[in-house]
Amino acid sequence: MESFGYLMQGFAVALTPYNLVWCFIGVFLGTVVGILPGLGPAATIAMLLPLTFQMNPTSAVIMLAGIYYGSKYGGSTTSILLNVPGESASVVTCFDGYQMARQGRAGAALGISAIASFIAGTFGVVGLMLIAPPLAKFALSFSSPEYFALMCLGLAMVVLLAGESMIKALLAMLVGLWIAGMGTDLFTSTSRFTFGHSELLDGVDFVVVAIGVFALGEVLGNMEIREGAQMLPVPKGLRNLLPTWQDLKDCRFAFLNGSVIGFLIGVLPGAGSTIASFISYGIEKAVSRRPEKFGTGVPEGVAAPEGANNAETGGAMVPLLTLGIPGSGTTAILLAAFILWGLRPGPLMIQDNPTLFWGLVASMYVGNVMLLVLNLPLIPLFAQILRLPAYMLYPFIFGISIVGVYSVSGSIFDTWMLALFGLLGYAMRRLEYPSAPLILGFVLGDSMERALRQSLMMSQGDPTILVARPMSATMLFLAVLILLAPLFRKANAWRVKAIVEGS
Amino acid sequence: MPPAAAAGSRRSDFASGSKEEMRLLRNGEFVSGAVLAALGVFIIMEAREWEYLGPDGPGPGFFPLWYGIGMLVLSVMLMVIHARQAPAPASRGMTGTGRAFATWAALVVCVALLKVLGFIVAFSLLALFIVRFLYRQPFGKALAVAVGGAVGFYLLFDVALNVALPAGMLGF
Repeated sequence: MESFGYLMQGFAVALTPYNLVWCFIGVFLGTVVGILPGLGPAATIAMLLPLTFQMNPTSAVIMLAGIYYGSKYGGSTTSILLNVPGESASVVTCFDGYQMARQGRAGAALGISAIASFIAGTFGVVGLMLIAPPLAKFALSFSSPEYFALMCLGLAMVVLLAGESMIKALLAMLVGLWIAGMGTDLFTSTSRFTFGHSELLDGVDFVVVAIGVFALGEVLGNMEIREGAQMLPVPKGLRNLLPTWQDLKDCRFAFLNGSVIGFLIGVLPGAGSTIASFISYGIEKAVSRRPEKFGTGVPEGVAAPEGANNAETGGAMVPLLTLGIPGSGTTAILLAAFILWGLRPGPLMIQDNPTLFWGLVASMYVGNVMLLVLNLPLIPLFAQILRLPAYMLYPFIFGISIVGVYSVSGSIFDTWMLALFGLLGYAMRRLEYPSAPLILGFVLGDSMERALRQSLMMSQGDPTILVARPMSATMLFLAVLILLAPLFRKANAWRVKAIVEGS
Repeated sequence: MPPAAAAGSRRSDFASGSKEEMRLLRNGEFVSGAVLAALGVFIIMEAREWEYLGPDGPGPGFFPLWYGIGMLVLSVMLMVIHARQAPAPASRGMTGTGRAFATWAALVVCVALLKVLGFIVAFSLLALFIVRFLYRQPFGKALAVAVGGAVGFYLLFDVALNVALPAGMLGF
């Protein structure tokens, strides 16, 4: 009941004309980047982050979150029409969505995808609203050892599912920790890894790393290939985009399955929407009365994964907002955005910033309605974005990356760093080093070192403090267990299968 | 997974591979392992210069020393795994990588020109190069994208958002 009262206050924030406009801009941009293959929400949020510094934090987070969950809606469009997933989370949607489109049912597939996204997206927000406050209250009892253990657990989960090679994922995370360590040590004022550059005394700016690794790395990777996929025709008119009653009846379990699975997997760091969509599709197929039809164009094969990848965003917000632990590259960028605005996601976030938290939750309800309206009748219009040639898009991304980085510090040195991190991002993609562990290591590195050093100060240098407390001992035990998973043949086979299918 | 869907995955462009891709990946694994091992050694050497454990608890060298050791151990493991694999097949050219490196080199030139020519001109040259030479579009079209893009950036950032663009010696 208390939550309901706060939610109403949240709606009062989210429904102001100013915030409605930013919410709309966020979900609109999210839909666009979801549709564009090769430009993901992480890169977009990183590029736009510098432009939000002049906004108030509530409006800014409403817009950036809108890009995050909006991209999940847009990702299905290219899967269905081109057989090219706009996002990795939409790979599964290709299986039945593209087959439906080939059978002349592209409209119904797009419609089911939008409806499943709306139902599951809303379910995810309800879950966030109900679970986040009690979890935050529980986390208030955490001290430095628990925080250190929690960050170890979060990083271990991300490393486990980031790429086929866990060694590479761990190395990427360690490079992230190293970059985070550059600058002046807050405890002793010792300058570390500055290479004689005074510009590095304050450390490397998050925006430089995020834009370089995600946006420029992605674009440089895309520059390698020229794609010329043939788009299937998009039916015009709302009536042609609405699924039949039979379609909706066939999908009723898929809507629920996608919602629940997506949310639960979203709460776990590391798993992400790609894995959520695969598991949800697998469950739907397993319980279906016609499993042999999956892959030939059944509507529930679209509804389950699309629902799961949208519910996942609500789930992913739970550890981000209540514990300050992001579970993916995109949520890591959102965490950094909060910190740059002077906010500290964690157990006190809801208590200290109720306007922002409940405003964000309410805006996600509003945003989901906007997305349904945008995605049903306007899909033919959005599909035209796919006709935008790459040679017009990529120079624009380079330009906005340079301006974005320069606008934060006014320093040309940072634009050189941007080019360097762009090369690093490209090399990582080329050599199959996952970028999510690097960005998570970078975002959490500072807090992790602080929590570890504070823990050891509390115990006067005795490291057993980390395992003497039940909560931290349990989390560290789980982290070690996760990191040892590749040594167990069966567990590793499952891990590799999940990653390979997800890629 | 239906083959068509698999073909659509962008990440598979790197992963699914031709012999060339595999060769590049394997050699890259060794080289990246060596680079990261060297970085690990550098981090350990640097961390040893700083206090490890002081009277108030761990010093600035404590955390870097441990992740430096971790990096060294893991990168050596990566190199050992690589060494155990079969030798990579011969190269057949690397157009895609060349295009990416050419783009990156153009970006570096653009950054180098920011102080001299300013963002508007440097960006125009970068866009012109990408559209004309990497996408092989007619010169007129490339010029239109370059000039249109630069004017768009100026109007959006400098005029509408009041965000200063890097200025050169010419003052813009």
